[in-house]
Amino acid sequence: MEKVHKWYGTFHVLKDINLIVHKSERIVICGPSGSGKSTAIRCINRLEEYQRGRIVVDGLELSNDVKQIEQVRREVGMVFQHFNLFPHLSVLENCVLAPIWVRKLPRKQAEEIAMSYLERVKIPEQANKYPGQLSGGQQQRVAIARSLCMNPKIMLFDEPTSALDPEMIKEVLDTMIALAEDGMTMICVTHEMGFAKTVAHRVIFMDSGEIIEENTPEEFFTHPQSDRSKLFLSQILHN
Amino acid sequence: MSEAHTSRSDDLPPANTISVFGWLKRNLFSSPFNIALTILALYLLYLTIPPLLRWALLDATWSGDSREACQAHEGACWVFIRVHFAQFIYGFYPEAQRWRVNTAFVLLILGAAPLFIPKVPAPFKARLGIGLLLLYPLIALVLFKGGFFGLSVVDTSRWGGLLLTLVIAGVGMTAALPLGILLALGRRSQMPAIQALCVTFIEFWRGVPLITVLFMSSVMLPLFLPAGMNFDKLLRALIGITLFQAAYMAEVVRGGLQAIPKGQFEAAIALGLGYWKTMALIVLPQALKLVIPGIVNTFITLFKDTSLVLIIGLFDLMNIVHNATTNPAWLGFSTEGYVFAATVYWLFCFSMSRYSQNLEKRLHTGHKA
Repeated sequence: MEKVHKWYGTFHVLKDINLIVHKSERIVICGPSGSGKSTAIRCINRLEEYQRGRIVVDGLELSNDVKQIEQVRREVGMVFQHFNLFPHLSVLENCVLAPIWVRKLPRKQAEEIAMSYLERVKIPEQANKYPGQLSGGQQQRVAIARSLCMNPKIMLFDEPTSALDPEMIKEVLDTMIALAEDGMTMICVTHEMGFAKTVAHRVIFMDSGEIIEENTPEEFFTHPQSDRSKLFLSQILHN
Repeated sequence: MSEAHTSRSDDLPPANTISVFGWLKRNLFSSPFNIALTILALYLLYLTIPPLLRWALLDATWSGDSREACQAHEGACWVFIRVHFAQFIYGFYPEAQRWRVNTAFVLLILGAAPLFIPKVPAPFKARLGIGLLLLYPLIALVLFKGGFFGLSVVDTSRWGGLLLTLVIAGVGMTAALPLGILLALGRRSQMPAIQALCVTFIEFWRGVPLITVLFMSSVMLPLFLPAGMNFDKLLRALIGITLFQAAYMAEVVRGGLQAIPKGQFEAAIALGLGYWKTMALIVLPQALKLVIPGIVNTFITLFKDTSLVLIIGLFDLMNIVHNATTNPAWLGFSTEGYVFAATVYWLFCFSMSRYSQNLEKRLHTGHKA
């Protein structure tokens, strides 16, 4: 990400965002609501357009070329706050859909891959249920498995635990930690500071569309550099 | 013993809320005003139902083959329907060729039957459905119209009755739905030119009455076409009805598209699916399921609106029944004729309605995400 700017109408949402993510690196982005952190990661697979700057994912630049954008999206997995599973398809069908239609895998192979990932997120027994029959935590784990089935090079997490009941947050975080241990490149927008401390290589703090601070988790939590980070941390730790 | 009794009475709601009497009391006799309404309604039913039954069934004439047979009875003369039955079904289709119509309908029923059996696997159904959609119109056209394989040509002006009604309704439905879906997608498109085109199309066709469309197709269109160029009156009516209904269908489908959360679209494209695959695999299946009631509503309207083709001189079921009632040999039996026509329309429309309810139940997959 190089010098990325984005406007919604006249509102400057992202101001000069520069970020280089290395392979197998795990980055946590945090910041107050409205700070542009979700918008920033949604630019990486171009769910949001940006007006200035450039983003290169694994050697492919996001241009206006639709084919190229689709190619980038294939390599970038995304997990949403509200899971966004396809309610009319069973869990297994949710997982095999993209491998079959985008990667053109034969159904049998796609199903084998899907089952292996469903086992990794520890819900193979739910494969033939529909999303509406699962709990929030289970749905989010299916969403993670669905992304993994495309064998992405990088995973984006957009507040994956914000819509969950407290007792389900842990099962999703455990899944994400397991994923991190396997060396997946991850960018995660989250308020789970415990997760940031244990997993992240770098913490990025954003406010009003800017990157305010970029630091190792140890430094960020013990000696935040800017006043705004200090304020944010004190508010979070209060809650 | 007494413990078991109390626990059982705790399990069930009080008897007066579930028994027949409970239901009657709650729904029909809950207040003095409701009691009065109930009694009034019963009285009106008493006034209308017995005479209706007497006319339609008890005092009706069922056998015979001339109007004289009906003189003896006071009730309905169903002989009128019996005598004209073949005409009501086939119109003026030549008698010797009617087997072709029968064959076509038997083929349709045989071909479509597996689609309605829940046990048949879905991929087979999909293939069969698409095959039927593409092939059957051709088969039916060849059989109805002839001109191939030694079949004599039967001009469309001789098609009539229920046959014509089903042809118009069938073509209208199968063509209007896909066209409507495309228009709905176009109307929500990001591309201004396509959007403007679709909006204009929809608003134009929704803005004119179907009768006007039919008049234009049969009276005005020939004026604009170069001399000598002429296409079939039925074909013109079919095109008019299809475009007209497609505009309505587009708005029904658009309602469904708007109800699908943006997250569904985002999740699909984030997986690398392109626009068309996202629409075909993710958005439309959900959107169409939501608007099944609206789609069927449009279908039912279309089915009944086919009767408007009588104003351009096509003899659909309604028109042919009307025509028979003006037959000098059978004057005075219009009630029987219209009751028959109404019953046939009702049977078809009611079946569609029931099928759609069944479909909605089967496609239900629990709560929405």
